[in-house]
Amino acid sequence: MTGPHELGGADVPRLFFRETPPADLLIRGAHVVDPRTGIDGRHDVLVRAGEIAEIGAPGALEAPAGAEVVDGEGRHLLPGFVDPHVHFRAPGQEHKEDLDSGTRSAAAGGFVAVVAMPNTAPTVDDASVLRALREAARREARVPTGFMAAVTRGLRGDALTEMAELRAEGALGFTDDGKPVWRAVMLRKALQYQKLCGGVIALHEEDPSLSGNGAMHEGVVSARLGLAGIPSISESTMIARDAAIARYEGGRIHAQHLSARESVEAVAEAKARGVRITCEASPHHLTLTDEALLETLDTRLKMNPPLRTDDDRQALIDGLRDGTIDCVATDHAPHAREEKEVPFEEAPMGTTGLETAFPVLYTELVVPGVLPLGLVVEKLSAGAALLDLPLPRIKRGAPANLCLVDLEARWEVGESGYESRSENSAFAGRTVQGRVLVTVAAGAVAYRERAFALSAA
Amino acid sequence: MSQMRHLLSIEDLERPDIERILDRARAFTEVSEREIKKVPALRGRRVLNLFYEASTRTRSSFELAAKTLSAEVINFVSSGSSVEKGESLKDTVQTLSAYQPDLIVVRTPHVGAAGLVAQWTPAAVVNAGDGKHEHPTQALLDVHTLRERLGALDGAKIWIVGDVMHSRVARSNVLAFSKLGAEVTVCGPPTLIPRNFEALGCAVEHTLDRLGEADVVYALRMQHERMADSFVPSLREYAAVYQIDGRRLGPRQVLMHPGPVNRGVELAAEVIDSPQALIGQQVAAGVVVRMAVLYELLTGRTAGDRTPTTPQYA
Repeated sequence: MTGPHELGGADVPRLFFRETPPADLLIRGAHVVDPRTGIDGRHDVLVRAGEIAEIGAPGALEAPAGAEVVDGEGRHLLPGFVDPHVHFRAPGQEHKEDLDSGTRSAAAGGFVAVVAMPNTAPTVDDASVLRALREAARREARVPTGFMAAVTRGLRGDALTEMAELRAEGALGFTDDGKPVWRAVMLRKALQYQKLCGGVIALHEEDPSLSGNGAMHEGVVSARLGLAGIPSISESTMIARDAAIARYEGGRIHAQHLSARESVEAVAEAKARGVRITCEASPHHLTLTDEALLETLDTRLKMNPPLRTDDDRQALIDGLRDGTIDCVATDHAPHAREEKEVPFEEAPMGTTGLETAFPVLYTELVVPGVLPLGLVVEKLSAGAALLDLPLPRIKRGAPANLCLVDLEARWEVGESGYESRSENSAFAGRTVQGRVLVTVAAGAVAYRERAFALSAA
Repeated sequence: MSQMRHLLSIEDLERPDIERILDRARAFTEVSEREIKKVPALRGRRVLNLFYEASTRTRSSFELAAKTLSAEVINFVSSGSSVEKGESLKDTVQTLSAYQPDLIVVRTPHVGAAGLVAQWTPAAVVNAGDGKHEHPTQALLDVHTLRERLGALDGAKIWIVGDVMHSRVARSNVLAFSKLGAEVTVCGPPTLIPRNFEALGCAVEHTLDRLGEADVVYALRMQHERMADSFVPSLREYAAVYQIDGRRLGPRQVLMHPGPVNRGVELAAEVIDSPQALIGQQVAAGVVVRMAVLYELLTGRTAGDRTPTTPQYA
């Protein structure tokens, strides 16, 4: 995306976090899997001063003085995950989440970088708000955190933000997430302006005239429950429209949280025509369906876009496999208990997702043999590339962005609470397999699972 | 058969449950015909009516049913109450539960709300309408009315005509009528029948061309506010295509309507006032059927049963 006229180029910092002493660690004997470097086997991995200093045969590396030794025996060491889509609610709704609790949740899920959405109160539509957030992240964030700025002021859809200044102040890109850019002309202008300032434009694809006051997917389950439905076409028609605009302008767009088969098809068609479009899917859309609502109208299963049918879910899985879907993004959307403890139609949309992303994908897709582990691991960090961020790699000389997981550990989601301030997990009460034990983000230890930390001490 | 704790939806009931309740309703009919219309069956029990939506016949028939069985009745309506001061449904239910009601009748504009109330109170809960989802006592009284008229519903062809999309009565009645062996068809404009509605176990039609097949014609209320969202272009056009009138209603067919009727919209005056119309019988059935529901849920219950179901958040 860098062009000759781009303002705020590569030298502008775009990830912010609390300075933490770099780690000196020897992770012994873990099964190391990194699909990008092709590594897949047992190794010792030595981290010195926050960098991967050496990778050796199991038992071959010596721990230098002062380095901590982590027993990786029977565990897997993966490149850390990158989430291009989280809601940390700061500023303005810190009762749901803030940068401290949100990044603790991220670290506990194995994430080494996260990107926060701008639909806060106030909206991140002005450089002063972005600067304040940046400074807050430098004080509070436990893993590197980037910020998207709004496409339109106040997400109202009628006037562009000062995109160039926002880019120069560190905005990773632009989005009105939570709402579509519903006037085609505003997206067109933003894509024209993108030629000046760069930055991907990420789109919440929904035609509000079709989704109306819908509370769930329109289909058999909504017909049974008498709930107003959100049809698949409210998403897919907007993707088709926006892909046409991006093609015309030569702009680069990213479709957020795909939920429907028709949407995967729309992205595939656009990619085939050479449109610069990427897209993401969430762990909940990849593993849950609207049938879950027949058992219980649990408001934690209410999100936008909604859980759809198993056919839609299969299309998302196929899209992940064939590359139509570029990455996994959690759309981590915390809400306070009292906000969710209301009738379904009244509840706000959203589920948390950072702490469960890897375990649910591993349990539902890798264990049954639907997708290989390497593909899931790759897609869990591929969001970095879409935002021009470095991809985590396990290789000598790379900054240490790692997570150590126990693929055998089974646990119940929510049994010992959450690191997030909110507990609205769509997976609450489900037994999952795979647990993050240690997360090293940008060279520093960002998370240690309690029992594992105690056993190691 | 295990005793019912709540009446939240027709979906939860089996045919024998429905028949047991309606046999009891038939037995209660005699009470309503006495000079002294009261029996002591539920003496000392407390029934709380919690209504978040306007209702005339449902609320008054629950009240009459409870009083006929000698229960105490408290009416809680949302206007002029703590709800207007911003109290949540959960807090209202927990506050009112401190009055130790044995049963709460709840109507709300929200799907699933009666189920939530059941999680938050130790009382038995009767759903008197939750949004566009279900209205189970309406379906029971409609089945009762038809059993009294036809003897049984097995094999009966029932057409439900009108605004199916916005009707909790349509959902509950499709389920109840089919559980009792009827063949149900819903008919209305394509804009007012939800996609995939046949999943409820009924046929879907968009014209009245084959209405002649029906033994029972059940018309739904057409609400004026539907015009605003272009569900139908005009009431005039709706009435022209879907109104049940003397020409469309055959002489051997019976006519039902959940009320209140929009005269001249879904029904023409001549059919409302015809002997084929069971609308008055439906209203009368409302009392005895609700007596049977209260009796079903409140007798045999001891203090030991009064534990809430598992809360949504543990």
